[in-house]
Amino acid sequence: MTKAKLFTIFAALACSALGALGLSAPAQARLTIEVTGGVEAAQPIAVVPFGVSEGLIPKEDVAGVIAADLVRTGKFRALPTRDMMAMPSTAAEVDLRDWGLLKMNSLVIGRVEQEGSGYRVSYNLFDVVGGKEIASSSLSTTAGGLRLTAHRIADQVYEKLTGQPGVAASRIAYITANGRGEGQTVTLRVADADGSNPQTIVSSNEPIMSPAWSPDGRRLAYVSFENRRAAIYVQDLTSGRRDLVASYPGINSSPAFSPDGQRLAMTLSKDGNANIYVLNLQTRELTQLTDHFAIDTEPAWSPDGNDLIFTSDRGGSPQIYRMSTAGGPATRLSGEGDYNGRASYAPDGKSITMVTRVNGQFRIAVQDLARGFRKVLSDGGLDESPSFAPNGSMVIYATVQNGRGVLATAAVEGGGSQRISQDTGEVREPAWSPTMK
Amino acid sequence: MTPILTCPAPATARIAAGLIGPGLVLTLCLSGCAEVPQEPEPRQRMPPPTLDATPRATAPVASTEAPRPTYRGPWEDPSNPLYHRTIYFDYDSAEIKPQYLDVLRTHSAYLGTTPGQRVTLEGNTDERGTREYNLALGDQRAESVRKLMLAEGVSPGQMATLSYGEEKPAEPGHSENAWRLSRRVTIQY
Repeated sequence: MTKAKLFTIFAALACSALGALGLSAPAQARLTIEVTGGVEAAQPIAVVPFGVSEGLIPKEDVAGVIAADLVRTGKFRALPTRDMMAMPSTAAEVDLRDWGLLKMNSLVIGRVEQEGSGYRVSYNLFDVVGGKEIASSSLSTTAGGLRLTAHRIADQVYEKLTGQPGVAASRIAYITANGRGEGQTVTLRVADADGSNPQTIVSSNEPIMSPAWSPDGRRLAYVSFENRRAAIYVQDLTSGRRDLVASYPGINSSPAFSPDGQRLAMTLSKDGNANIYVLNLQTRELTQLTDHFAIDTEPAWSPDGNDLIFTSDRGGSPQIYRMSTAGGPATRLSGEGDYNGRASYAPDGKSITMVTRVNGQFRIAVQDLARGFRKVLSDGGLDESPSFAPNGSMVIYATVQNGRGVLATAAVEGGGSQRISQDTGEVREPAWSPTMK
Repeated sequence: MTPILTCPAPATARIAAGLIGPGLVLTLCLSGCAEVPQEPEPRQRMPPPTLDATPRATAPVASTEAPRPTYRGPWEDPSNPLYHRTIYFDYDSAEIKPQYLDVLRTHSAYLGTTPGQRVTLEGNTDERGTREYNLALGDQRAESVRKLMLAEGVSPGQMATLSYGEEKPAEPGHSENAWRLSRRVTIQY
């Protein structure tokens, strides 16, 4: 008990010291995530503060990060540390009857040890009801990677208990806007899935739009209007180096990486009206896929790379169409509704998420491709930019709350929902990263 | 308006320097400067006096009056017909409404007689609908205006289009009025 409390205090001190030095992200850039809904029977779990080798002061509260990750899914409820009757950090110290008395279903314990200049983090997961250990593992990390390691442990625990991969170790790209007119600042940022560690990718007084992840999570494509012209850039997140890949007359819009990361689909209107093109990023060869006087835009690849879906108003109203990436005719995919747009595939390719208009309100829907069945997930009026979580369990999207742009997540089939806002300004156009390797 | 293909503005340089370092600055300069702005065509005809309220090519002249550095042309003079530079559209439409034909013809006539003058046709939409679709819709609106002005005799080299979609609303807020004012094309000199 004493050891754990000391650890918490030290962690808090370490964090505030970092803040004072300006090493953490500036306060105005912080994202706040609220859980706005969960499943009715969230499972009780105890994540005991991890033991720490003598003299070691890790920068992160590993157990706190894991517990918060699990709670955010809406499928778990974490036992407050103050209610714990024991603080085991090794399997030998665990008496599962203690946790049974507290009506826990599951128990996570662990420890952080020095390893070179980094850490070795070990954990054990127990099924309290079944009375046995069901998982254990050790992960090595650099000192700076401790938080990511905690997210990975949360994902392993989540998968063991739910059978579905977790998304705590993924990231979210998004656009923020502050001010208006000439004084406007638009910024493309990337934060961890829990809202922490926000980093600026590019910032401008002109609009920035349409962030899109490469399949390896290392690059972002986006549209920027800096110099008062529209252009598509691909930026490496590690080095910061970026390439200008499209800057034709007219619009340069909607970049989307192919599943193999070699090609970029995009919308260009260089020949007079908006059509879908595919750029080979190695050879720079540009192939035109659609040629229609209507608007064709918002391309998205199927996970197998064989098809593209896109929005077209060729039938009189914006609807989702599908065509082969080898070319050929396009067939309408969206069912009901007089406005369906900005679709993208679920990771398993079996459904798509899109913006749909219901009674004049723009909302987020998921359509099952085999059955054609459509389910509306949101209840706002100006909801847009939906993006599947890498495990397909949730969709993140932009919505308006009290007149201000915020992000929200909705579970596709059961699970929690969240609202994600920034201290100041608007947040919009979220794009959920692939799972980070 | 000066040609839009210029070297990075100070804002961009600041972004680049603060963000990523010399490598990016170089990338930006290469992309920004590779395309040399075209020289304005030589003036062949005199502009009509009614529209050209003040001399255009004013070299700096010693004067006792305070300079007017912000004045760039007759379109900035509220009493000049060129002052009206914005036309408005119906929802999800790129069709030019009849009441705006006069505005476009006035600018076409001015540009037709002022061959060195270039404009950017900026297309915008309201916030309803998806951002990328709206970018294409704003482009269609700008393109409608460009085609009409071409038919009115403006040379293709004098006009560029730029769609901002819903990214630059004329009015903040989520009202019918804000939407009506945001569905527009502005002729930027």
